[in-house]
Amino acid sequence: MLWLFFFLVTAIHAELCQPDAENAFKVRLSIRTALGDKAYAWDTNEEYLFRAMVAFSMRKVPNRETTEISHVLLCNVTQRVSFWFVVTDPSKNHTIPAVEVQSAIRMNRDRINNAFFLNDQTLEFLKIPSTLAPPTDPSVPVWIIIFGVIFCIVVVAIALLILSGIQQRRRKNEGPSEVGDAEDKCENTITIENGIRCDPLDTKGGCVNDAFMTEEERLTPL
Amino acid sequence: MEKARPLWSNPLQFVFACISYAVGLGNVWRFPYLCQMYGGGSFLVPYVIMLLVEGMPLLYLELAVGQRMRQGSIGAWRTISPYLSGVGVASVVVSFFLSMYYNVINAWSFWYLFHSFQDPLPWSVCPLNANRTGYDEECEKASSTQYFWYRKTLNISPSIQESGGVQWEPALCLLLAWLLVYLCILRGTESTGKVVYFTASLPYCVLIIYLVRGLTLHGATNGLKYMFTPKIEQLANPRTWINAATQIFFSLGLGFGSLIAFASYNEPSNNCQKHAIIVSLINSSTSIFASIVTFSIYGFKATFNYESCLQKVILLLINSFDLEDGSVTADNLEQVKSYLASTYPSEYSAIAPQIHNCSLESELNTAVQGTGLAFIVYTEAIKNMEVSQLWSVLYFFMLLMLGVGSMLGNTAAILTPLTDSKFISSLLPREAISGLVCLINCAIGLVFTLESGNYWFDIFNDYAATLSLLLIVLVEAVALCYVYGLRRFERELQAMTGRALSWYWKILWAVVSPLLMVGLFIFYLSDYILAGTLQYQAWDASQGQLVTRDYPPYALAVIGLLVAASTMCVPLVALGTFVLRRLKRGDTAPVS
Repeated sequence: MLWLFFFLVTAIHAELCQPDAENAFKVRLSIRTALGDKAYAWDTNEEYLFRAMVAFSMRKVPNRETTEISHVLLCNVTQRVSFWFVVTDPSKNHTIPAVEVQSAIRMNRDRINNAFFLNDQTLEFLKIPSTLAPPTDPSVPVWIIIFGVIFCIVVVAIALLILSGIQQRRRKNEGPSEVGDAEDKCENTITIENGIRCDPLDTKGGCVNDAFMTEEERLTPL
Repeated sequence: MEKARPLWSNPLQFVFACISYAVGLGNVWRFPYLCQMYGGGSFLVPYVIMLLVEGMPLLYLELAVGQRMRQGSIGAWRTISPYLSGVGVASVVVSFFLSMYYNVINAWSFWYLFHSFQDPLPWSVCPLNANRTGYDEECEKASSTQYFWYRKTLNISPSIQESGGVQWEPALCLLLAWLLVYLCILRGTESTGKVVYFTASLPYCVLIIYLVRGLTLHGATNGLKYMFTPKIEQLANPRTWINAATQIFFSLGLGFGSLIAFASYNEPSNNCQKHAIIVSLINSSTSIFASIVTFSIYGFKATFNYESCLQKVILLLINSFDLEDGSVTADNLEQVKSYLASTYPSEYSAIAPQIHNCSLESELNTAVQGTGLAFIVYTEAIKNMEVSQLWSVLYFFMLLMLGVGSMLGNTAAILTPLTDSKFISSLLPREAISGLVCLINCAIGLVFTLESGNYWFDIFNDYAATLSLLLIVLVEAVALCYVYGLRRFERELQAMTGRALSWYWKILWAVVSPLLMVGLFIFYLSDYILAGTLQYQAWDASQGQLVTRDYPPYALAVIGLLVAASTMCVPLVALGTFVLRRLKRGDTAPVS
């Protein structure tokens, strides 16, 4: 009697979990690709962990808090490391709808991945699309900040150069006129120094300095 | 008393200015392409021959003319013959067209430079689609680098007819680029002379860093081997020689008037022969150096893509046949494929269409030039390097230096004749003339920031300068040797620099180079005529690739105008001068 019951249960289980069965999902792991030398072998213990993670995810769904590990069935494990799984309800006669399983897995995808040291690409749930991480968008795009800095530097440098150019030109324009004023002043006022008039000193032709001349004549007859 | 002409503070500034002008983006993105297309290592043979026969003599000719006449291009050619000042005017017109579109490249370099300070680089990941389940469709079909270039940077329209609006982001970058150029040319040779120290030397620093990095990349040797294996049979192809001649010609920047302008600020006793040889040799070696860097990067990118392709095929096989993960590697892939094909023929034929034949050769064969190389291929290679932000910043900074260096030469070609003209320089100070030129160029350059701007850019890039320059330099060489007189110029050069002109230069100036120019001119003219309708590459967003389209009639009209505007200057000004002289002679005749 017991044997019959056992066979019945396994038969029902076998029917519930089959490739392409209703509410069944295929899982594919690429352990060697992800971990290289540190890859672990996929054995029944790992399968147990997987069933525990799926049961854990289902318990987070309202109305499904009583899901046990035994409710999660695995079948068709291949060398690729791929298999199919279904989640049955407490009566073990029906499988939980795919939509519920899908949303439960999506919510806890991160923790399932971490339990196996894998990521979304190496632990694939076919037919359950992973939510892609949105790119971080800062409030002000970075490029505008850098653009603003360089723009201000260039504008300030241009302004400085233009202003110094204007200053130089103004100084050059005033310079020759200042020298001209001084010459005019000298011509108008006749200054006397040491009893000798200054104007002979201003003439371009150069002129004899009387004070000097007499000394020389006295001392050097040669 | 006449105001003294501004001079370079020392001859080194002049050499650096010429190097900074000649070594530009063409050395980085055109020469490697030509090398790859026309025989790899064997392309160096026609390249060096053309350098000796065409590049060096014509460069020396322009520098000598500028140094002797001590004026910009218009004044210099007016001194040689009043009927030939049209050559100078044509140079100024071509330089004007060039500076209009060339600074847009600097704007793009700024854009990419500013975006390099993010982690991850914005062109390394595709943006997500609306419901966050996958990536944007256009980005999936093309690649993330192409998407960033065509959609985020250019926001390109499907054809040249749909112009769209001005994109404010590239417009801002263009404004910044022009402000930077204005800052550098503001004070004339005083400021330009200091800036060229940086724009000439910094690109070499970056190239050396990239050389070391490039050669240590995985797969770099594949690219180098591919490039340098000579394909001797390409030497028999006439296009190889024509492209070598064209590349030397345009790479040195002859005919724009910039070299004449730079040389006019020299001391009369400057040894411009030595400088001409130095500048042309440095320019060519930079091209070869840059192509070594480019090809090691190519090799890295091709190897990376090849290995990714193999990984995809392996994944496909082990997923379809549930083989153990890690059992199929690149080495046994072929054996596994044949085993599977024989053991499970039906399933294998079901997935056979998706199995790509990955080939390293085909990855290396994708030869790209121009903006595609700089902004798509290089960025794709950079995103796969470690610390990609650093490499990206270095690379775009180098592009910026190269571009700004060439812009300094272009604007000098426009400004020197303007400031030499007594009429204009009496009206406005030098800063105002430079500012006005930059403002006009910036305003017109906004056309290239439209959605269809890149198509107009291609028009200007392909047609604004090519034919006109050949004509200008041809007339220059002929005018100097036969109108002014080679012996007269030789005597003046000797008096000026103290060195005699050797027979080598005389033969090249008088005979060889003009013949080469005539040959090139005839070739290009016939090429354009035989091609029939002109076509362009347009980006199709729905397919994620480039498609070929015909130019609409108004675009063809613009092309015709571009070419005519510069080439017609030569005969028109000659005619105008002739008519004016006739009139003057008619006026004075009754008096005498």
